[in-house]
Amino acid sequence: MPPALAPSALLPATLREDFPILATMARGKPLVYLDNAATSQKPRQVIDALSRYYEAENANIHRGVHYLSERATLLYDETREAARRFINAASSREVIFTRGTTEAINLVAQGFGSAVLRPGDRILVSTLEHHSNIVPWQLACARSGAEMVEIPIHDDGSLDMEAFDRLLDARVKLVAVTWVSNALGTITPVAELVRRAHALQVPVLLDGAQAAPHIAVDVQAVGCDFFACSGHKMLGPTGVGLLYGTEQWLDRLPPYQGGGDMIETVTIAKSTWAPLPSKFEAGTPDIAAVVAFRAALDYLTRTGVAAIAAHEHELVALATERLAAIPGVRIIGTASPKAGVVSFTMDCAHPHDIGTILDSEGVAIRTGHHCAQPLMQRFAVPSTARASFYLYNTPDEVDALVRGVEKVRQLFA
Amino acid sequence: MDLGALYQEIILEHNRSPRNHGELAHATGHAHGKNPLCGDEVSVWVHTTGDQVDRVTFTGQGCAISRASASMMTQALTGKSREEALALFRQFHDMVTGAAPVDEAALGKLKVFGGVARFPARVKCASLAWHAFKDALHEDATHRDPA
Ligand SMILES: Cc1ncc(COP(=O)(O)O)c(C=O)c1O
Repeated sequence: MPPALAPSALLPATLREDFPILATMARGKPLVYLDNAATSQKPRQVIDALSRYYEAENANIHRGVHYLSERATLLYDETREAARRFINAASSREVIFTRGTTEAINLVAQGFGSAVLRPGDRILVSTLEHHSNIVPWQLACARSGAEMVEIPIHDDGSLDMEAFDRLLDARVKLVAVTWVSNALGTITPVAELVRRAHALQVPVLLDGAQAAPHIAVDVQAVGCDFFACSGHKMLGPTGVGLLYGTEQWLDRLPPYQGGGDMIETVTIAKSTWAPLPSKFEAGTPDIAAVVAFRAALDYLTRTGVAAIAAHEHELVALATERLAAIPGVRIIGTASPKAGVVSFTMDCAHPHDIGTILDSEGVAIRTGHHCAQPLMQRFAVPSTARASFYLYNTPDEVDALVRGVEKVRQLFA
Repeated sequence: MDLGALYQEIILEHNRSPRNHGELAHATGHAHGKNPLCGDEVSVWVHTTGDQVDRVTFTGQGCAISRASASMMTQALTGKSREEALALFRQFHDMVTGAAPVDEAALGKLKVFGGVARFPARVKCASLAWHAFKDALHEDATHRDPA
């Protein structure tokens, strides 16, 4: 058996210096930030890009002939091209900037609700989903008379692919599944899901909020019809995310919001839509966030998403092994492969208490239902404690986590 | 940060062995409380005779703070008049939110929850059962004197 920790797979701890916030003292202790699935911290490069934008580049885009407007437009469009490359989309027309994953999924769900779904149609979502890949579909179903059907999971947190096969039939108009579970870390077999769905001409939307930060994404290789992710979980600023959709689908869906930038011509009676991607980008977007997102994509690309994945794998393996050795700790979600996340409960203490005690040690984790209540119901727990790792975390921080959990046990057992 | 201010021994003890835990067969009022943040839930049952609260029980899933708070609440409210019970609710609420100075003598043992005010993320845990109690008492009154 290989040793639990192969130091060669770890990224150099010096990259922590790029993240000013990691020097924070929390409750008098060095901050140990293990809440990366909620949002990642930002490197200096991204913070600088944000302030540089407002100091030297700010103007509205796509509407001015002046120097700054041209420059802001160029930076905005360059980020779109960088994002296209990052997920390997065929064309930058297929990359729509949104506020984040939530808005991206709502955009597709609203379009499906009005243009695709009919009474009796079905949408398949899995037990693993974040509420943002459940509730928009419920709204679309309520408007259209379609219904939601759940793809169940196994006890280890992996998708039940046999059940998926049974559920996949002519009534299904879309499969909407997460690529990586935010609550458990499970990586779903997306290429296989797409292959089976496409065999019946069923399109697939992948919630990539937790995939894009942690594993290499190639939307063409996977073959999905839609893919959504959030900049703030992948070193970027809040307020920007993206929707990838194939041109064929984006052409078919109606606009999400109406307004400036998304039209070709407008009369009071009627308008025609701008071509992709503008059709789906009404109004002034968060230009600063988009421009700074470019710095995040560059940072990830330079570090190497595969290297980041390997680094996290070491930390997750180490944390899992050490936490599981503590009496009364139950790891929730043991399927492999897994990315970035260790979710657990303790016999003696409720996750909320675990969170408070770890916080008093400077260790930031998330406790709660992780916006995945159906998943919590599946494991018959109200909530879990979740440590989630990223490229700047270290084995010493796993130690701090484990020491904190031991302290919980001393206090409560 | 002083964890001891939050997790006092009496709180840990009530968490381990909560009092008045379970449904109340002949309850005159019942209400449910939910903390959407963490998914915690509590149900509170009351039995009143005339103006007096004779018995309060609770069930539910929750953290140590919410369980101990519910448990100690059931003890503190037993035997109180409606008005006294609601006054205690207000005192407790002011203490855990830090909204107003409180009458420590009136709170008695419940003073141990004073530390919660310094943990904003936990205020809801401490007050969940109390809000459910208030709703249960209201339901009880509505049943008895239909408006
Ligand atoms: C799997 C998953 N999907 C969707 C979301 C929603 O992302 P956002 O809040 O950035 O729109 C999250 C974030 O918590 C997530 O983890």
